[in-house]
Amino acid sequence: MSAPLWIFLLLAASGVFSAVMVVTRRNPIHSLLYLLVTFFSVAAVYVLLHAEFVAAVQVLVYAGGIMVLFLFVILLVDVGRVEGLRRVAKGHVALSALLAALVVVPLGVHVLGGAPAAAPDTTALAAGGGNLETVSLSLFRHYLLPFEAISILLLVALVGAVVLARARY
Amino acid sequence: MLAPAHVMLFSLALFGIGVVGVLTRRNAIVVLMSLEIVFNAANLNFIAFAWALPDVAGQVLALFVICVAAAEAAIGLAILITVYRNRSHINVDEIDLMKW
Repeated sequence: MSAPLWIFLLLAASGVFSAVMVVTRRNPIHSLLYLLVTFFSVAAVYVLLHAEFVAAVQVLVYAGGIMVLFLFVILLVDVGRVEGLRRVAKGHVALSALLAALVVVPLGVHVLGGAPAAAPDTTALAAGGGNLETVSLSLFRHYLLPFEAISILLLVALVGAVVLARARY
Repeated sequence: MLAPAHVMLFSLALFGIGVVGVLTRRNAIVVLMSLEIVFNAANLNFIAFAWALPDVAGQVLALFVICVAAAEAAIGLAILITVYRNRSHINVDEIDLMKW
């Protein structure tokens, strides 16, 4: 059973619009608030695609943790002084858009040519007790070593962030 | 009906916007935000394929990507604070100490 297309199109439009606003706003706080809208749109798309647990993690980690981290750094770094930048040169924007198009257009052609046909039977994503149980069984049965490795990565990142941001070495 | 190609095109659009943001913005914080958009685009593809196959491994990989994104944001922002403390700006055009 597939979700209605118009809901997805609505969410995708909101996601793309807010992503464009993130890139174009001059005030980092405005960019951050639009980034929040992008994260929520993507999380809603996850729900449509039967990834309820990943959607919850997206909201908790991105919209909760990472957003607050960004907010703190924006407030620590003096926005008023950072905003005194000269405008981006027009040629630079055109060159960047060209580079992005060079990456995106071949990918798009590939996507349109080789996307799997959908309307799948998605019961495998929520077998037994629902999506959370399915994900956790897969995580702890088949991906236990990567799971432990990622926890060490997070510990290293935590210690590294504390050491880097400390006032005196 | 919603097809994987729709989600992949959405992801492609987010990826392109994120790349343009990384290349054009001077404020390093906004560069990191654009990077988060790119991470989200990659995650959308994982979730789309997990839905299309259907195989829950894609969702597990998306969780790993979210963890790596969190670590990257923490380290990146800590580096920005250090750079700001030393140079009083975080303009990526002028942080060229390691540029040959």
